[in-house]
Amino acid sequence: MPGVYILDMYYSVEHCGVYVSVRQSILAILDQGSSYGYRLRAEFERRTGATWPLNVGQIYNTLDRLERDGLVVKGETDAEGHVFYSISASGHDEVASWLRSPVLRAETTRDELAIKLAIAVTLPGVDIDEIVRLQRMSTMSTLQDLTRAKNSGGDPGSTDELAWLLVVDSMIFQAEAEIRWLDHSRSRLTRARAEGLSATGIQPELPRRGRPARSEPTSTNESVAR
Amino acid sequence: MSQELLRLTGVSRQYGRGETAVSALAGIDLTIAAGEMVAVMGASGSGKSTLLTVAGGLTKPTSGEVVIDGQWISELSAKQLAVVRRRTLGFVFQDFNLIPALTALENVTLPLELDGWRARDSRRAGMDALASVELSDRAHRFPDDLSGGQQQRVAIARAVVGTRRLILADEPTGALDSQTGELVLRILRRRVDAGAGAGAVLVTHDARHAAWADRVVHLQDGRIVGQTSQGTAEEALLGADR
Repeated sequence: MPGVYILDMYYSVEHCGVYVSVRQSILAILDQGSSYGYRLRAEFERRTGATWPLNVGQIYNTLDRLERDGLVVKGETDAEGHVFYSISASGHDEVASWLRSPVLRAETTRDELAIKLAIAVTLPGVDIDEIVRLQRMSTMSTLQDLTRAKNSGGDPGSTDELAWLLVVDSMIFQAEAEIRWLDHSRSRLTRARAEGLSATGIQPELPRRGRPARSEPTSTNESVAR
Repeated sequence: MSQELLRLTGVSRQYGRGETAVSALAGIDLTIAAGEMVAVMGASGSGKSTLLTVAGGLTKPTSGEVVIDGQWISELSAKQLAVVRRRTLGFVFQDFNLIPALTALENVTLPLELDGWRARDSRRAGMDALASVELSDRAHRFPDDLSGGQQQRVAIARAVVGTRRLILADEPTGALDSQTGELVLRILRRRVDAGAGAGAVLVTHDARHAAWADRVVHLQDGRIVGQTSQGTAEEALLGADR
């Protein structure tokens, strides 16, 4: 499948935090019929364009947990030693529930770039514009690679290719969104500087935890409150 | 070495004089080779459109040199420059700029007829250009009978008809929906990749569309602040030495 390896360079299973959806994906594949570890791995990768490669150990760990939770049933071992798993009734319900529930973005991993910019903007002497500029070009280069990978194929001739295009489109739109956010951040930074905002060092005293103690207003308390 | 279609060397363009002068472009160096598509990105007012009009010989630079297909435009008379534009350059605009009273084919062949081509030859070249944008079957339709995407494909055919090789496109997908915009870019890309010696400059504010280019030039306050290519972080880092 074209461009798969290019995608591998940018996105790993850990990076995208897709462990949760691996469990549901395995279950959804088993809903099509019983299968064994290696085959489930191959099916997952085929259906997602091998964008998030898994090792077979992850598959077996997932199957163990699914069995523990009563969502799959361990079955017979064939002549080649493959242990077959089948989906249970509650597993089937779990798949149906997963497919009709939206993915909540707030539950995904922390955004490393947002954290980096948030910290950098508070550090004196850091050229935040340069960080934004270099990040923008790096993301643009990624976007070009993804676009080329996508266009190296023709119109989808199978559902596998269509599935892969959906995955690549998702990455393309995420990269585009990141670039738009970076442009927006640059404008915000320029405006903030024009208004005289600047970074500061470490505060001399950490703010106290919890609700401030009640006391009669004094000149000292008033200045802290401000 | 690839054939050079366009070269801008130290190009600056100012509007106004003295203290009120505004610098739209400042020291631009840019080269476009045959078979290459270059996107120019930047915020509003960064100089994108000025760069395109300078590259197309429509606006004279205040300083610096513009060479179109080997011809130094500062050495050309207005009449000679008009000939270069007609024979070498094709503009594609956001709002298509087709003449509503002419059919798709007549729109495409108009620059050839202005250049004195025989009717039979211009018609053949026009049909070739329309075939390259997959619109042979719409040759005799008027613009009003065509969808937005089809009108833009006619505009691309007009931009590449006959001997025209350098396409200068200003937000060509701006008036199109996402899927149609992608189709127009695919056709533009295919035309550049066809090995016919064509090249394109694509001005856009849309990163997803700019990503179709071989190179993306980033403009800020009239200056190039960086360039990116597919899979190359090096150029991004070089840009840091601006």
